[in-house]
Amino acid sequence: MNVFASFVRKECIHILRDPRTMLIVLLMPVVLMMLFGFAISTEIKNINVAAVASRYTTDVRRDLTALEHNPYVTFKGMIREGEVDAALRSGRCSAVVLFGRDGKRHIVLDASNSSLSASAAIYLRSILTADASASALPVTTYMRHNPQLKSAYNFVPGVMGLIFILICALMTCVSVVREKESGTMEVLLVSPVRPVYVVLAKMIPYLVLSLFNLATILLLSHYVLEMPVAGNLSVLLILCTLYIVLSLFLGLFVSTLAQSQMVALLICAMVMLVPMMMLSGMMFPVENLPPVLKQLTFIVPARWFNDAIRKVMVEGLGFAAIWKELSILFAMALALFVASIKKFKDRLE
Amino acid sequence: MDNIITVSNLTKQFGSFTAVDHITFAVSRGEIFGFLGANGAGKTTAMRMLCGLSKPTSGSGSVAGYDLRTQGEQIKRHIGYMSQRFSLYEDLTVAENMELYGGIYGLSRREVSDRVDQLLTALQFADHRDDLVGSLPLGWKQKLAFMVATVHRPELVFLDEPTGGVDPITRRQFWDLIRAAAAQGTTIFVTTHYMDEAEYCHRISIMVDGQIRALDTPAVLRARYGADTMEQVFYRLAREAKRGD
Repeated sequence: MNVFASFVRKECIHILRDPRTMLIVLLMPVVLMMLFGFAISTEIKNINVAAVASRYTTDVRRDLTALEHNPYVTFKGMIREGEVDAALRSGRCSAVVLFGRDGKRHIVLDASNSSLSASAAIYLRSILTADASASALPVTTYMRHNPQLKSAYNFVPGVMGLIFILICALMTCVSVVREKESGTMEVLLVSPVRPVYVVLAKMIPYLVLSLFNLATILLLSHYVLEMPVAGNLSVLLILCTLYIVLSLFLGLFVSTLAQSQMVALLICAMVMLVPMMMLSGMMFPVENLPPVLKQLTFIVPARWFNDAIRKVMVEGLGFAAIWKELSILFAMALALFVASIKKFKDRLE
Repeated sequence: MDNIITVSNLTKQFGSFTAVDHITFAVSRGEIFGFLGANGAGKTTAMRMLCGLSKPTSGSGSVAGYDLRTQGEQIKRHIGYMSQRFSLYEDLTVAENMELYGGIYGLSRREVSDRVDQLLTALQFADHRDDLVGSLPLGWKQKLAFMVATVHRPELVFLDEPTGGVDPITRRQFWDLIRAAAAQGTTIFVTTHYMDEAEYCHRISIMVDGQIRALDTPAVLRARYGADTMEQVFYRLAREAKRGD
């Protein structure tokens, strides 16, 4: 029987005999996708709007009709000027449109959630200026491509980068250290099995699981979050697979370093997750970071993945545009693989 | 005489600490060799060198016909090893554990399945072939671990405190297995803290402070130190130890 095959078989049995963990691994991406895609969104689904008007001119009436008929606006009716503050404060509405006597229009917003109110402001303005004049405002043209300011376009690629590195690293980070804890490591070290085989055999079953997760995520993103893949699907799959392999090796590397499963999980969940979120460009654009942090992003795999996947998924670019990111990710994966094997061998002494 | 292990002046230093200090001995084929010593005497370090896990600082030796210094990988292929910590996979069945190690040692699928049948029959354990190892009592696990260590029919098996934490009846059964394997020509190299087990060995060595202080058959050692039991011999020697745990 082939050494490698029997080792892969053993790793598969470990996974299959632990259905609870497997279920978590398969469901976590779905939950995270939904959380990031829906709950943590800055897009406009529904703005509660009230209005203040002293005179009902044709213009005012036209604007009010536009607000009332807009699917993303719930028109809460007319209020008096003195009630604006109270209405916002009570949360009955999040924005008030004021029609001034001079024909000028003002939007007053509850800015306690700054990003949401900013989007709401832009959106309301686009409604109010939509058919005001034939001369198209720059805002209007921009809005046409993403009239809802869909946050999925921004979040989905970033979330994918996070989900993969988190789940893949968490899956593999316990796999070597578990054998140290149970005592089976000692027997493995005395046996003639080569470290390369051990590391690869531990990766393969998780790669299969992760590819399944990848399919789930892409289907969710396409059908539920309505975020189609603009670029070539095969380019996207190659990029994601490379990134998944890298994340699995990262977990394995942590596992060869750690002395207990608890430590390995903490390293992966706490030490890696937070900087990864901050520095990947998922939440804050890399360009806006202070110089020191900007330098740091160069060693964060999620940053390169984030750059590349935006190009493929949103901008629809091909191989030529992402070869740099691909080769950096490849180099990182290779380095982690070699480091894990080296670290594994070091335990012999 | 046909020696399966010969070492001379084997030494291992960690910095300024000499864990194993110029040990010289030989183990002949088919022998049950007891490797005794208090905790910290250097047994484990010596054993790791013999298994090809760590390189000696100085000295030389051969195990199963391969050079300790240069042919560690070859040595690993020809020995079996069972550690004091239970080392089978609890979420794999009895047969799956045996198949895994059979595969690791390069047995063909056919050889593995024949060997598994044979070992389970010998243990009268064929009914439990598909039981998860985690569900078995400790005594059985230890016996299984020994069988798994011999799945590839090694000429030499290293047992590192194999009966730690096991009840006396199971220990007796375990030694029956060891003696049966030795009768078939397998050499057994065993460490233990149980002095009644030392009596079962053909020859024993006692390590103190990294050196082999005594090496002979239990009967000769008892006579030399004027002791009734191996326990007294061990006390006499181990008390001289300068270094603690």
